[in-house]
Formats: sequence, structure tokens, C-alpha cells
Amino acid sequence: MNLWLIPIFPLLGFLANGLFGRRIPKAAINLFAVGSVALSFAWGVKTLLGLGPLETKYVEHYFTWIQSGMLNIGVDFAVDRLTAVMLMIVTGVGLLIHIYAVGYMEHEGGYYRFFAYLNLFMFFMLVLVLAQNYLLLFVGWEGVGLCSYLLIGFYLTEQFATNAGNKAFIVNRIGDFGFSLAVFLIVRQFGTLDFIKVFDAAQEMPTEATVGILTTITLLLLVGATGKSAQIPLYVWLPDAMAGPTPVSALIHAATMVTAGVYMTARSATLFMHAPITMDTVAVIGLATAFFAATIGLTQMDIKKVFAYSTVSQLGYMFLGVGVGAFSAGIFHLMTHAFFKALLFLGAGAVIHGLHGEQDLRQMGGLFKHMRITAITLFCASLAISGFPFTSGFFSKDAILVAAYARAPWMYWVGVLTAGMTAFYVFRAWFMAFTGEYRGHAHPHESPLVMTGPLMILAVLSIFGGFINVPHFLEPMFAEKAENQTLAWLSAGVGVLGIFLAWVFYVAKRGLADSFAKAMGGLYTLVYNKYFIDEAYDAAVVEPLIEGSRTVLWRGVDAGLIDGTVNGVGQRSRGVGSILRLIQSGNIRSYAAWVVLGSIALLLAIGFAGGLR
Amino acid sequence: MPNAPGLFNAPVPLSWYLILSAVLFALGVAGFIFRRNIITVFMSIELMLNAVNLSFVTFSYEFKQVDGHIYSFFVMVVAAAEAAVGLAIILTVFKNRATLMIDEVNSMKY
Repeated sequence: MNLWLIPIFPLLGFLANGLFGRRIPKAAINLFAVGSVALSFAWGVKTLLGLGPLETKYVEHYFTWIQSGMLNIGVDFAVDRLTAVMLMIVTGVGLLIHIYAVGYMEHEGGYYRFFAYLNLFMFFMLVLVLAQNYLLLFVGWEGVGLCSYLLIGFYLTEQFATNAGNKAFIVNRIGDFGFSLAVFLIVRQFGTLDFIKVFDAAQEMPTEATVGILTTITLLLLVGATGKSAQIPLYVWLPDAMAGPTPVSALIHAATMVTAGVYMTARSATLFMHAPITMDTVAVIGLATAFFAATIGLTQMDIKKVFAYSTVSQLGYMFLGVGVGAFSAGIFHLMTHAFFKALLFLGAGAVIHGLHGEQDLRQMGGLFKHMRITAITLFCASLAISGFPFTSGFFSKDAILVAAYARAPWMYWVGVLTAGMTAFYVFRAWFMAFTGEYRGHAHPHESPLVMTGPLMILAVLSIFGGFINVPHFLEPMFAEKAENQTLAWLSAGVGVLGIFLAWVFYVAKRGLADSFAKAMGGLYTLVYNKYFIDEAYDAAVVEPLIEGSRTVLWRGVDAGLIDGTVNGVGQRSRGVGSILRLIQSGNIRSYAAWVVLGSIALLLAIGFAGGLR
Repeated sequence: MPNAPGLFNAPVPLSWYLILSAVLFALGVAGFIFRRNIITVFMSIELMLNAVNLSFVTFSYEFKQVDGHIYSFFVMVVAAAEAAVGLAIILTVFKNRATLMIDEVNSMKY
């Protein structure tokens, strides 16, 4: 079926725009950038239709990449139902965001560079989801990390943007370190990296014998996932990543790349299922992340920061889902989240675009009459993320929460509380932006169709996407089913309550929020400053690292040891040379005398040694 | 009586040739070291080369093998080439410095 065509189109787009983008007109850049993703989407659809119901995994082998002893790593792509879902999300949402970006980036410098990076991202993301072994997955994993870094630092003249890019890259290194250790351990344990072989082997081995090594492997994989998917303790890079252009936030830091950790966990479900300790760790980390990120989201004033913490929080939900064994629910939420969070970011982008770069919620207000389409589509997304009945978020979030209840009821209650907070902060942002009086100084205007079009499509998907029955589709892969109507409606009710509270605080009784914040005093300051986690990391890790690098590594090892050795060798050579050079008298006859003396000495030596034989 | 032993047709012993070769070589070395005129030094080098040639040819004759001849031809070729280059250098040195005293050509030193 030529699966390789799916990622190759964006790669060609990247090459075309990256090499010639400076010289070709904007229309051509748009054609390459959007066209390549559209082709890749079309080929993906055609492939999936051609493959039918995908009862079994469809694998394509292209060539052997690494052959070393017993280890044989091929470049193989494969499609199963999980990949099919991811493929449609990545190419579908990716296509919409590419179209949107044409409008959003209209007046920005580095236009071709932006689309080249974006296409390169699509290539690596598709490699990631199509990969049939851990190494190829890691290639995609690292590649999307690279593109994320490049795009966060897209405004490369801004210090904060390049800093944010570095932060994302370095924090992800920590996670990738864990991931690569896990890959090494898999090679050591199973002698292969191929998904089918590894999972079959893990399935066949007796649980008692493998639980130790599998727990280690999965915990290390989890370290990788916490880095890429912004979970505690490595989530700190994602809020800063909003320094990139908004379509990037939507595509990479909401819809696709950050969900790679969830995808990888679901892909490795067999391994995780054999390591119950890891599963509990995943669930607790997910739940804790969901809760803490949601509390931070309650207080943020930057519209993109609100949605960034919301992304961290929703990713926490997905981890909760996979952690309690509800893999299909986690993937389901991944999909609906891709719809509504991409929409939230794109909508925020439309607002920012319409206000000429203003991101502060306090400088907005009353925008409803200026940008109706944006307001209504954002409203749909907000409903979906709040889990309003029959929107997409309702189905996916409740699937996770019900599964969590089956695992441990307290997880459910924390999750429900988080759902309430989610509804509150999302609608807080919506009310602050679109209702009341306009508080800013720009001239708000609605965005062009090229931007509002994707918004409308995503709005439809956000509302009705829940009827795409992903858990049922994935049932052959992840056998699990937990249904509980009461619990589902309860959490939806809490979501509605959150919306109502937001309405009370920010529409009905304005000023209540401020007095409430004052009443909470210290707690509000703590949350508003994101629990001082960044400062704590700075003090605990970054500063000691910089100080250690400066005193020990630079002054001690580099300047002292390495430079000392090199300079010392140089000094000694000069010293020895200053004596030896006296031989070079420039007098040919003295050289000749040396030669003669040398020859005589040699002959004598040979003579004493008893001849040449 | 072509094969009768006598003063002029007795076989010359190997050692005579070698002693001659050694004497010539020693003369060459002495000339190279003690003479100051570049031309003389140069001729001393040629003398050493030919002394070596002589021993090559001697051994070749003694052991009835052609290797020594071949080597001596090589040495001659090298000597000829060296003569060409060496004389050119000597001419240039003389043009530039108006001297052939080897001790005065000593700029290549520390």
C-alpha cells in the first residue's frame, strides 16, 4: 500500500520550501506546504480504506537499517487500528492547522521557514506513528522534539522565545535519556526492537520472571513520556513553549506531539500491563498533573497560558486513562482533545491576530460582537473540554473517569474535581474575552475565511467527535470496558457547575473574582506564580548546574586540567626543543660529521651484537 | 699460455677490490668533511657513490649474479640526476652570494 508515501509528502514539502522558499512566491510556498499535507492526508485515507477493517496489523518492510549480530533493525512501517486513529488525527488536524497558518502567518517574517519546519514536523510525527519498532519510533520522537524546538524559538530575535526553545529541548533531553535507556534494556531483554516480536515475547514469558525488568523498562519509558507529554515532573517546558506562533501551539503543543507519550504508552500496552507498579505510577502522575495544572490554569491571565496549562491537565487525564488500563479511553480522549484543544488554540490565535498581538485577558472583553465566528467556535470548544453532555469531551473524559472509578474511587473524585476546575477556567477565559466591555486599545476585527474555515470544521468535530466510537474501534487491541451512566452524568454535572460558577464570577457579579482572590491571599499568590515550580527548579537544578559547570567543569576541568595538559605539553616541547635546536648549526660539515659518527656507531653496535644474522 | 698463472693473469682477490672501494669511500668522506669548496665537496660525494658502485660490481662478479650491476646502474642514474640538480644549486648559490665557501652558506640554522 506504499505507506512510506504518507510521511514522504511533507518531507518533500519541507525540502521544497526549505531549499527554495526564499526565492519562490508565497502562493507557491502555500501550495507546497498545505498541498503536501493534503496529499499525505488523502493517501492516508486511501490506504485505510484499502486496508479494510484492519483485523490484524498490516506491516511493510522497506530495508534493513542495522544488522549487528543477532540484532536486526529494519525500517518498517505498520498500520493497525491504533495507528489508523493517530494517522487520521495527525494528518487531518495537521491539514486544518496548516490551512489556518496560511492566514495567521500572513504578515510574519520567515514565512517559508515556518512552513518548512511545520512540514518537517509532520514528517517526523508520521514516522513516529507509523514506526514498527522502537528505534524508528525514537527517530520520529527526536525529530518532533527538534521541530518543536525550532518552532518555539521561531521568533529568533526575541530572547524569551529562544530561551523557551532551549528549555523545551533540554527538559526533553531528560525524558529522552530515560527513553533511550528503556530501548537499550529492551534490546538486552528481548534481542529485538520490533513491536510484534517484543510484545509476543513479553506475552509468553512468565510474569514472575519478567515483572522486575518490565517494571524498569516501563518506568524508563514513562520518564520519556513525561518529558514529551509534559507530565509532572517534566511539564515545565510546555507553558513556556507558548512563545512560538499560535498554530504551532495548536499543532505541536496541543494536538499531536505532546500526545506522543500517550501514544507510546498505549503502543507499549503489553509491557505496561505486565508491570502493575508502573501502571499505578502512570495513573498517579497523570492524576496529579491533571489536578495541579488545572489549579494553575484558574489564575493565569495570558489566554495562551490558560490553554497551555489546560493542555498539561488534559494530558494528565490521558495518562490517568492509560494508567488505569483504559488505553482506548486514553486514545479516545487524545483524539477529542486534538479537536477541541486545537480549536481553543486556533481560536485564541484568531483573537490575538484580531487584536494585533494582545494576549492578556485583562485587555480583552466584549469581543463577541467583533468576531462572532471565533467566539461561537471557541464556545463549542469550551463546551467540549468542559464535558458538556453529548459533546466530544463528555464521552472521552467520562470513559476515563469511569475506568478510574473501577480502579480506585478516590481517583474518580479527584478527576471530577479537576473536570469542574477545567470547565471553570476555560469559561473564565471565554467570558473574560468575549463578554462585557472591551478593555483594550486595539481595533478588533474578525479573521479571514482561511482562518475561520478550519475553526468551523474543528467546532463541528469538537461537538460531534464523541460519536466516533474510538473505544469500540480499538476493542480488539485493548480489551476493557467499564460503563457507569450515573458516574458519567455526575462528572458532566460538575462540569456544568464549573461553567455556572464561571458565569457568576465573570459575568453576573463582576469583581467577585477579584475579591475572592484577595480573600485567598497567599494561596492565590502561590497558584498565580505556578507554585514557584520554575523558581524551585532553578534553585535546585539549574543554578547548581550552572555554578558547577562554571567552577568545576570550566575553571577546573577545562581551564585547569585540559588546557593545563595541552599547554604543559607545549611548554615541555619548547623546553626540549630549545636544547635540541643547538644541533642545527647550519654548518653542513658538522652535519656530515654527525652522519659519519652515527654510521660508525651503528656499525660498532652491529659488530658487538654479532653481525646482522 | 692463456691460463697459466703469472703476474698479469692471476685472479685478483676479492679483498683487493673491497679495500680499494673502502679507501675511495674514506677519501670521499674525508673530502666531504674537511674541504670547504662546494665543488670539491660535491666531487667527494661522487667519489663515495662510485666507491659503493665498485663494491656492488665486485660482489656481483664474485657471486655471478646480476643484481649488483643493476644496483650500480641505479646509483649512476641517481648520481647523474643529483649532479644536474646539485650543479644548478651551486650556480644559484654562487650567483646570490658570490662565494663557494660552504661555511658561509649557513642561513638554515636556529
